[in-house]
Formats: sequence, C-alpha cells, structure tokens
Amino acid sequence: MAARPDKPLHLHILSMPSHLPVVRAAVEKLCQQLGFSAETAGKIILSVDEALTNIIRHAYDEKPDKPIEVELTPLCDAIQIVLRDYGRPVDPSVIRSRDLNDLRPGGLGVHIMTCCMDRIEYRPVEDGAGTVLTMTKRLPKKNHEE
Amino acid sequence: MSKQPEKSPVKEIVRKDQAAIVKVVGDVDLNCSVEFQQSLMELLDSSPPPKKIVIDLTGVPYMDSSGVASLVKLLSRTRKSGATICLAGLCQRVRSVFEITRLDSVFKVCANSEEALK
Repeated sequence: MAARPDKPLHLHILSMPSHLPVVRAAVEKLCQQLGFSAETAGKIILSVDEALTNIIRHAYDEKPDKPIEVELTPLCDAIQIVLRDYGRPVDPSVIRSRDLNDLRPGGLGVHIMTCCMDRIEYRPVEDGAGTVLTMTKRLPKKNHEE
Repeated sequence: MSKQPEKSPVKEIVRKDQAAIVKVVGDVDLNCSVEFQQSLMELLDSSPPPKKIVIDLTGVPYMDSSGVASLVKLLSRTRKSGATICLAGLCQRVRSVFEITRLDSVFKVCANSEEALK
C-alpha cells in the first residue's frame, strides 16, 4: 500500500479552462490517498474547480495567460488547498452566497464552496496584487483514527 | 438528428415526435459551457421547437456550476415557451451538484431517457 502523502503538492497553472481538468485529477488522486470517500472527494474537487473558475472569470476577466498557483497540503486530519492569483483583488466583505430560491443562471460557486468545505478564507495580498484563498476539509473522525 | 460543433459537449440531438433527446458527453465545465448553452439555445430556436427536451447526461462524469447555469437558462426559457425539460442518467457526482444547489427539486430527473420519454 502506498504511503500517505505528507508533503504539499504545488501546481502552477495558467488561467485557461483547459487546465481545470488537470487540477481536478490531482485533487481527486490526493483525496483518495488521504482516505476521503468518493462523495466527499467529489465535493472537494467541485469546490476547487468553482474557486478556479471564479479566479479565471473575475480576477483575470477570462484572460487565458495569467498565473495561478495551487497548493494542496495533506494535514494530519484534513486537506488544505491554497489558491493564489495575481489578478483583481477580492473584497472578502462582498462575497456571499446568493438566494437559491431565485432561479437564475450563475452565482452558485460561492454557495457550493461554502456548502462543501469546512473552512474558507479569502485574504487580499497586501500590495493589492491578487488574492490568496485557503480552503480546508477535515477527514471524518473514523478515518483519522484508523 | 443533428451534429454539434466539436467543442460542444452536446454530441447528438435525436428528434422523436415532439420530443428532443440531447446526448451530452464528457465533462461539462468552463471549458465548454458556452458551447453547451449555445447548443441548447439553438435547439429551442429550431423549427418546430420541441415540446419536450430530455437532457441525457449518461455520458457526463462531471459538471460544474457553469454547466448547471446553462441548464437553468434552458429551464427558464422552456417555462416561458410551455415546453418541458427532463434530466436523465445522472451519475452520483453530477446528481450531487444539483442537490448542493437545491436544483434537484426544480428539475424533473429520470433514471434514463426511456423513462423520461414516457
């Protein structure tokens, strides 16, 4: 049986949609190795994908050649995902889920991330160049104790 | 039957009486959601427009909120036109996106396209 990963995995991608499946595959593999169920892994993958989609659309206005750094860190009882962009900074005070009773396309990404992850933190970088988004998902207790 | 642009995840549309079965294949994400929505809107604008649209997602292992948004737009337009829409063949991962966004109670969901056509 392969050893449990304990070092961070760094991916440097560009803000192009064709890079999203590559990140999804990496997140899925790491989640499997850490012992997340397929269902929870699916939610983590979806959250990372939605966050990257928001970066591409809103921080970089869909320009496809901008850098995004992805750091996937196995913790003893969780996975931590850090996404760093260098685009338009996010104001954490204006990020919120929308009313799901309002049937309209779009605006679901923040709700998905909030619903699927245990912790989400947006931190604008001090010099105004971009945002650091940190998301954490804990392993179920029984996996942690095994 | 109509063929779709290469980048669209809509690979085939089969017309059957007044219904249209839309076969979608592959991940539906930001990479192809514009083309996905375009294919769906072209179907609605076709002549004669279908009275019932079955979105066959059997071949879709993954969908993000941009794909869901395309289906919400289709639903909004079909409600105005009086047509009905049904999603068929969702795998657990795709079904989960609709559950998280609470859209599983908004869309009619069937096990497969045969059931959806009944």
